[in-house]
Amino acid sequence: MDTNMQAATVAPRGDAALLDRALLLRAAGDALVKLNPARLIRNPVIFVTEVVSILVTILSVAALVRGEAWGFFAAIAAWLWFTVLFATFAEAVAEGRGRARAESLRRARTDARAKLLLRADDRSLWQPRSATDLRSGDIVLVESGDLVPSDGEVIEGIASVNEAAVTGESAPVIRESGGDRSAVTGGTLVVSDWIVVRITAAPGSTFMDRMIQLVEGASRQKTPNEIALDILLAGMTIIFLIAVVSLVGLASWNGNPPGVPVLAALLITLIPTTIGGLLSAIGIAGMDRLVRFNVMATSGRAVEAAGDVDVLLLDKTGTITLGNRQAAAFHPAPGVEAGRLAEAALLSSLADETPEGRSIVAFARDHHHLPIPVLPADAKVVPFTAQTRMSGLDTADGSYRKGAVEALAAAIGAELPAAVRQDVERVGRSGGTPLAVSHQGRLLGVIELKDIVKPGIRERFAALRRMGIRTVMVTGDNRLTAAAIATEAGVDDFIAEATPEDKLRYIREAQAEGRLVAMAGDGTNDAPALAQADVGVAMQTGTQAAREAGNMVDLDSDPTKLIEVVEIGKQLLITRGALTTFSIANDVAKYFAILPTIFVASYPQLQALNLMRLTSPESAILSAVIFNALIIVALVPLALRGVRYTPVGAAALLRRNLLIYGLGGIVAPFIGIKLIDVILTLLGFF
Amino acid sequence: MTLIGWAQIALVVAAILAVAIPLGRYIAAVASGRVGWLRPVETLMYRAGGIDPQQGQGWRLYAISMLAVNAAGFLLLYLILRLQGMLPLNPRGFEGLSPWLAFNTAVSFVSNTNWQAYSGEAAISYFAQMAGLAVQNFLSASTGIALALAVSRAFARGGVSDLGNFWADFTRVTLYVLLPMATVVGLAFVAMGVPQTFADYASATTLEGAAQTIPLGPAAFQIAIKHLGTNGGGFFGVNSLHPFEGPSALATALQIWSQAVIPFALCLTFGRIVGDLRQGRALMLVMLGFVLVATLAIYAAEASGNPIMAALGVDPAQGNLEGKDVRFGLALASLFTATTTGASCGAVNAMFSSFTPLGGLVPMFLIQLGEVLPGGVGSGLYGILIFALLAVFVAGLMVGRTPEYLGKKIQAREIKLAMLAVLVLPATILGFTAVSLVLPQAVASLAHAGPHGLSEMLYAYTSASGNNGSAFGGLTADTPWLNTTLGIAMLLGRFAYVVPVMAIAGSLAAKVKSPEGPGTLPTHGPLFAGLLAGVILILGGLQFLPSLALGPLAEHFVMLAGQTF
Repeated sequence: MDTNMQAATVAPRGDAALLDRALLLRAAGDALVKLNPARLIRNPVIFVTEVVSILVTILSVAALVRGEAWGFFAAIAAWLWFTVLFATFAEAVAEGRGRARAESLRRARTDARAKLLLRADDRSLWQPRSATDLRSGDIVLVESGDLVPSDGEVIEGIASVNEAAVTGESAPVIRESGGDRSAVTGGTLVVSDWIVVRITAAPGSTFMDRMIQLVEGASRQKTPNEIALDILLAGMTIIFLIAVVSLVGLASWNGNPPGVPVLAALLITLIPTTIGGLLSAIGIAGMDRLVRFNVMATSGRAVEAAGDVDVLLLDKTGTITLGNRQAAAFHPAPGVEAGRLAEAALLSSLADETPEGRSIVAFARDHHHLPIPVLPADAKVVPFTAQTRMSGLDTADGSYRKGAVEALAAAIGAELPAAVRQDVERVGRSGGTPLAVSHQGRLLGVIELKDIVKPGIRERFAALRRMGIRTVMVTGDNRLTAAAIATEAGVDDFIAEATPEDKLRYIREAQAEGRLVAMAGDGTNDAPALAQADVGVAMQTGTQAAREAGNMVDLDSDPTKLIEVVEIGKQLLITRGALTTFSIANDVAKYFAILPTIFVASYPQLQALNLMRLTSPESAILSAVIFNALIIVALVPLALRGVRYTPVGAAALLRRNLLIYGLGGIVAPFIGIKLIDVILTLLGFF
Repeated sequence: MTLIGWAQIALVVAAILAVAIPLGRYIAAVASGRVGWLRPVETLMYRAGGIDPQQGQGWRLYAISMLAVNAAGFLLLYLILRLQGMLPLNPRGFEGLSPWLAFNTAVSFVSNTNWQAYSGEAAISYFAQMAGLAVQNFLSASTGIALALAVSRAFARGGVSDLGNFWADFTRVTLYVLLPMATVVGLAFVAMGVPQTFADYASATTLEGAAQTIPLGPAAFQIAIKHLGTNGGGFFGVNSLHPFEGPSALATALQIWSQAVIPFALCLTFGRIVGDLRQGRALMLVMLGFVLVATLAIYAAEASGNPIMAALGVDPAQGNLEGKDVRFGLALASLFTATTTGASCGAVNAMFSSFTPLGGLVPMFLIQLGEVLPGGVGSGLYGILIFALLAVFVAGLMVGRTPEYLGKKIQAREIKLAMLAVLVLPATILGFTAVSLVLPQAVASLAHAGPHGLSEMLYAYTSASGNNGSAFGGLTADTPWLNTTLGIAMLLGRFAYVVPVMAIAGSLAAKVKSPEGPGTLPTHGPLFAGLLAGVILILGGLQFLPSLALGPLAEHFVMLAGQTF
């Protein structure tokens, strides 16, 4: 099961699977199903297109029956239908990409028999129960080899759990009662020991269920911005409907009103079919990008909000710094050679398997070119204890110690030389931790341990700043340490000695100023802040409370991804705006194609407006309609992939996108329509 | 086109801008209640009306107060027009107007349209001119400015429902802005020779010995507010083309100045109210750009004249002077036409029907673009703000955030209301024109066949819906059908537009104002100005292209082919 799951859930991250054959075939089928007007009415622009297609089809059939010229009408009707089909196809393709993942998830959803405990404190007495019958509040026992039957909270025991079904990561994680790692997810596998779990999800609404619905787009609701855009598009459709219908009256003043199929063609090319056809695909694809990134959003609203975020609250440890203090410098005491201090530091840490200890060994090797000796057989390891606050090694050569400065000074009974005391203070001020080193009771100097800021993080914060996003570091460190790390990492602000209340207060204050706040968190005490934040990304490894409070869950439990989440949110909005602009800008060229031709019977002189020199009125109208249909298909990859986003300021971004999609939107159809007209003429249709 | 013509245009535009800048600041001060040199009068009025000027109003109360004043104004004016025969100051003994005409005229003046289906000197008594029409000239202008102030405040504040007090805004604007300005400009007109008298019409004998009646009346002060308030309803039938309304080039220049200065100034008032002058300046520059391009287009079209006339031996160097005051030439007529249609004034000093087809297209298109360039007093500002919201909404997405204008998020509710407002113009203009062109009793009013006839009808509904009030000419407007439908178009164009706009203001005022940062779309630079211009053209103008193609554009190309109608 492991390998199976892994392959299915982890693989498609890039664009490799953007458009594969099977997916396209299936989407083509779905596109036909989606023609059902009852479903299409949710999309007003395309619904109008469908109604008009039906009307023109009826008129062409009527012309055929009456024995009149019907070919041109039928051609318009056909391409109007293609316009509708391409729009439903775009949506089907977007949904299809999510469906593959949903199917692999569904396989993991289990009918496993749960071991329902009759009494919470007695593990020996359980009765089998179908997982689907479990209710919130039931207590179950999960033992080695069992699937966790539903979402819940560990209330007793500790176990390693393989969560590959959800996260794609097959290395087992520890789940235990209490603390921040108490949540278990239905469908994951307990691989050792046992746990007692209190079920927290109602049947059918487990995390896995929600994930499936989400990636399938089944529970997709229009996001606020999408609704607003829909209204704009519907409004434009009504405006152009008025413009075209009124033409019947206006043109009859001159005695030659154009026929209904021609007016239909004019209407459909003017209403924003391009963005109308791609709008839902853009939304689904945006969600899908997040899913591919192993982040689950509970709603599209959250993805959109991510694009609006003004303030990012980031935990220092693990997000900004690597999370472990590491050796950054050796400061020898007066009269001590640097090499001697390095050697003593190395030996005192030789048996120290903590990350700090290992970093000291590595630093001595890398910066002082010392070979790492084998631990001598007669050496005695002196482990760290809370009482001595020192550790080290006793060898034939003498005793090597390193430890807290005061503790070590007290142990060797020596006053700190002034120079050493200065070093100690300086290290503390800059956010580091000083460790004293001694050999045979003589103080040799100080090791500087530092929180190492992740490489590249400073540049990312700078990029965020250009986007207008403030980064705030949250840490339990004291102000001095926090300030030093904040400066080094280049964050805009920090909250030192942060309590959950501090975080909550900070978020509320920022929100009162009209800013949107995003944060990542995992612990139960993060839950209030996660719920208060506009975008709360909970870690999959976190507690159930945190996961419930946030509106996104990061399956990789990597808080740094908050930054990418913001970018995905922005990309979604940009794609929508770009295609809307493009769609509206297209109208200019379509007017120049169609207007001179439809009144040609009344005013042949209007041909002067036929800037594209299209072959004939019929070819002009048909070329515009064909362009209008094909542009939807042509833009499907862009809608699915999203418009490229670079973190520059709003002004630069607007200038670039206006140039590409605004100006491009005006120019592109002139070229496209002319090209189609040339091809139609060459093929001998006109 | 001549250098001296361009110099005239430059001079008048410079005079407009030179005063608009301090005037914008002054109106902002009036709006905040800081101006009080007529405080005793102001206080007296509040006391008489039982009004507390400090009492803020939400958008509903503000809008209802505005509607109440306008409804009362409509009723009063309707009664005066119907009953003028029984009222004083009626030296010519004019009878009351017909119900259709009285309805149309009352709506026309209350909605700041001033469409004139009557001829002033032949139908309206001095009393009705002064107590009826001129009073509404003030009140409809104050209404527009008050609304614009309320909408501006919505962008300045956050998390409130209070948009100001309509009664206070209305009183202050009338007392401190319109009355003083109209007094000064009115005196200037008197000095320039515009009549201001209760005396009866003068009788004269012409050189040929024929008897001529020369209309007079209390015209000068009414003409001052007619331009300052972008009303446009002339004292005399032919409006500013009448030698008593436009006695000299200087008077014409003063009229152009008067009809444009307040709309431009209000942009800067907006900038001051929202605390960022650059925002108002950007809007003003977009308006100015359109006015200048329109002036250029009219000037060029008229200067190039009519090839058919040239073929008949008319000197083409004169351009097309038909329907214009030959004393002032093409340049002032072009600027007058661009500002009167751009600014929703509707006074005319040239007959558009006699323009070249393209020259006549420009004023029509300017009105169709929504009367925001610079638009009527107040209505131009709130109109262009609606376009700004739409521009920000479409393009703002392209910077990757929920679109914001001045820190206010633009969401479904605002877009819904904005689209409702934007729908009014195409619906009334195109809907009524299309129906009228197939209706025999409406078509009977047209003076011409072919595209020119279509332009006459299209222009009438355009002018009414846009609350402009200028006439293309040729159309016999005093018929029950036209009086009624044009009246409805004026009502919808004013009030069906402004109610959604006020609802937007209410919704925006309630929103938290989010702080500006590098991620916010800048809305004060040339990039945004260009974007706004594009959105006005595409969202405001494209829907009218087919109708323009059948009217002036068709006429133009047909004219080039040598055909007339």
